[in-house]
Amino acid sequence: MTMTPTPTHGATRAWVAVCDVARMIPDRGVAALVDGRAVAIFLLADGELCVIDNVDPCSGASVLSRGIVGDVDGAVCVASPMYKDRFDLHTGRCLDRADVCVDVHQAMVRDGMVAVRLADG
Amino acid sequence: MTVGDSVRASVVAGSDESVSRHADVLVVGNGMVGHRFVEQAIAARPSRDVRIVVLGEEPHRAYDRVHLSSMFDGVDADGLTLPHDAVDGAENVEHALGDPVEVIDPAAGRVRTRSGATWTYGACVLATGSAPFVPPIPGVDADGVFVYRTVDDLDAIQAWSTGCRRGVVIGGGLLGLEAANALRLLGLDVTVVEFAPRLMAVQLDDGGGRALRRRIEALGLQVRTDAAAQALRVGPDGAVSAVELRDGDPEPADIVVIAAGIRPRDQLARDAGLAVGERGGVVVDDSCATSVPNIYAIGEVACHRGRVYGLVAPGQAMADVAAKQIFGGTSTFDGADTSTRLKLLGVDVAAVGDPHAIGDDVVVADPATGTWQKVVLGPAQEVLGAVLVGDVAAFMPLIQRLRSGAPSPDVLDILRPTAAGGADPFADDAGVCSCHNVNCGTVRAAVREGFEDVAGVKSCTKAGTGCGSCVPVLQQLIDEQLASSGQVVVKRLCRHFAMTRPELYEVVRATGIRTFTELIARHGTGRGCEICKPVAASIFASLQSGYILDGEQASLQDSNDHFLANLQRDGTYSVVPRVPGGEITPAQLIAIGEVARDFDLYAKITGGQRIDLFGARVDQLPSIWSRLVDAGLESGHAYGKAVRTVKSCVGSTWCRYGVQDSVQMAIDLELRYRGLRAPHKIKLAVSGCARECAEAQSKDVGVIATERGWNLYVGGNGGMRPAHAQLLAEDLDDASLVRMIDRYLMWYVRTAERLERTATWQRKLPGGIDFVRRVVVDDALGLAAELEADMAHHVESYECEWSATIASPERLERFRTFVNSDEPDPTITHVRVRGQLIPS
Repeated sequence: MTMTPTPTHGATRAWVAVCDVARMIPDRGVAALVDGRAVAIFLLADGELCVIDNVDPCSGASVLSRGIVGDVDGAVCVASPMYKDRFDLHTGRCLDRADVCVDVHQAMVRDGMVAVRLADG
Repeated sequence: MTVGDSVRASVVAGSDESVSRHADVLVVGNGMVGHRFVEQAIAARPSRDVRIVVLGEEPHRAYDRVHLSSMFDGVDADGLTLPHDAVDGAENVEHALGDPVEVIDPAAGRVRTRSGATWTYGACVLATGSAPFVPPIPGVDADGVFVYRTVDDLDAIQAWSTGCRRGVVIGGGLLGLEAANALRLLGLDVTVVEFAPRLMAVQLDDGGGRALRRRIEALGLQVRTDAAAQALRVGPDGAVSAVELRDGDPEPADIVVIAAGIRPRDQLARDAGLAVGERGGVVVDDSCATSVPNIYAIGEVACHRGRVYGLVAPGQAMADVAAKQIFGGTSTFDGADTSTRLKLLGVDVAAVGDPHAIGDDVVVADPATGTWQKVVLGPAQEVLGAVLVGDVAAFMPLIQRLRSGAPSPDVLDILRPTAAGGADPFADDAGVCSCHNVNCGTVRAAVREGFEDVAGVKSCTKAGTGCGSCVPVLQQLIDEQLASSGQVVVKRLCRHFAMTRPELYEVVRATGIRTFTELIARHGTGRGCEICKPVAASIFASLQSGYILDGEQASLQDSNDHFLANLQRDGTYSVVPRVPGGEITPAQLIAIGEVARDFDLYAKITGGQRIDLFGARVDQLPSIWSRLVDAGLESGHAYGKAVRTVKSCVGSTWCRYGVQDSVQMAIDLELRYRGLRAPHKIKLAVSGCARECAEAQSKDVGVIATERGWNLYVGGNGGMRPAHAQLLAEDLDDASLVRMIDRYLMWYVRTAERLERTATWQRKLPGGIDFVRRVVVDDALGLAAELEADMAHHVESYECEWSATIASPERLERFRTFVNSDEPDPTITHVRVRGQLIPS
């Protein structure tokens, strides 16, 4: 279990440890506050960690961490519990609305703790 | 282009590379079935590295051959193109069109096309379809004689028809009548010549053939049955001038279309040494594999158990099987039901099962309107087959009867036109999506344009993209529209499970599988999604009861079930304690009031006679519920697709008119069924007399007191599409009432589709409420004992989910807004209105 394959632009922010990875439920998310920003962290069943914004842009509510994880043609996504809009966990793209996306952040496990680093911007 | 030229005229677009290129999966043929296979293979391949190559004879993108004649009805060739959404975006999928395969070399695992290109393959799928059968009679090579199979054929017919007056179609079957329609749309006088004594001899009986003939003649077409074309008369200009018949006068013709049947295009396979059937067709087994390793055959070129199917639906079923088999799946093709429903020359025609079965015929016919409906019943009054002409409303109910094998003494009720009273709720101008003001006709039009699933219809019409409550109705409209165009409706729960909810329920019940990981590994594909995961969770809950959030089940639940509360639009939750029968003590009222006050929650009385507390943050839920549980309250399951409330009036305890104790009965029922997980929410009500103050007839299960006991109504609901409950049984004693409800609810839980309420489920059952009565009251299917035992198990193993949650520190861990901070969610903001907090 290492970094997610999402280093999109030059990430210069610090890594922030957020929780014990052993406490996470596979294919389920948790919300965390990193540098004042709400993010949704998912531990996939195969051990990969994915982090996206927690706020669902379609509803404005901070709920993406509470969605169900699934796949669409192989792309891993989470369905917002609000109106079921699906977001690709690797790209942040909304699969149901072409004009919508969320930011993708980086995650890694260090000393048994999940650490998150925000994408710039 | 005339007969015999169709092969030579194709555009050569291949390249003559000297080195073979490789395809992991090579598809020979780009018709409807080949295209379907490609779509399925893209979905089934284990990785995008698997290369799929399609070699097609026609230069066109795959198109809808079934609706060719619509080219002369305002649709251009592009309009017939099949949806390519799944194919266009896919990596490693290549089409080389206009260059037919001419040789297959199985030993080398290689094919060669007309242009000389060679391809090696891992697996080769033959989907070459069929070719028109042209009878060997004199004159078929003349100018002005055509077959009816491809877009190019129709272009040629159209080009020739200019200046023509009279057209003759040889063949009065499905294709012949389509061809006749094409000529009619081109403005010709049309005569259909059929060798058999009636039109559509394969699908119809004599009565149906007569009714169809009457309708077609009313459109101005001539029909000659029992007429054998012996020769085509050719004029001095080399063009056809008439069709000579064995008996009677010749039919003058400026153009002749031959639609006398089709033959499998199996020459490639014969040359390559593959086994073929006695009457043609590449022999395949149940996995669609041919006699030669790594070569499969699907569609009209395949011969399965001695039978070659000339319909698109079985071909698509074979495509699905072959795609799975090639990638290690185990699904099989076990033959296909050839029931079909279509519109020919504007006339609705349908055949169900075996229309030529021998049995007792039930016939409803109206020669005046040209309507013919015949159902053949077997010895147990089961449906063996049916023919419907002019009025095919009974098609779906009859199909259901055919498949269920249920006795159908009431078949006349199915055939009679819908009883008067009330407009058709699914008429074209009836609204379906009130958020975007979309009507049923718009949805049907979208399906006809190729948007064949809910996602497609949503994107095209916007229906279902508002509140989403109409999505189940959309699915139903889509299914019915697809069925009406003769396509097999593959009922899938979602892209991960190619089965319906009831089928999945039976799989779980029969196999004893109790984890999603095992279920999807053995019976689905991929990781699952927001559709199948909660369905699986609900089925597990129905079958084993117990706590729903431990272990892997936690990852399957909707947010509502995951936090045992109802998500509201600002991300907070609402809390609803159970108030059985709507009876509540002052102490409980005070406890609820104190909790609302202390956590500053917004309080509102619900329609189900209880109290809803809004605005609770995730992290507040456990402390709120500890207080409520301490006051003797329990989960109301308002968050689940589950039994909600049993509403009641005060009944004989207080009311001057009450004849039974409706409150006691309501409480008994609510405590019995609380927590029962179901395909949709379930509401009940008990009224103490016929004045019906509890509004029981608008509930899934409604009970109304009588002098002698209870009347039981089922299948009602309020909401978007209000439905009146229907009377199931009268004057039941207490024990019988409970037994009937046990059976009814459990049967519904087992067999309804996802998000299908009792009203819809009941309406779709063959025979509707009468069938429900026979199963639930008379136990006609012998299920009663099983259903009652399942319910007894539910009742015994019930526990309040909130009591179980707050008793366990581990289970309480998920109730945090942020896993690393106690700060409140900054997106949640409130204003005070009328003395209470609401989202700002």
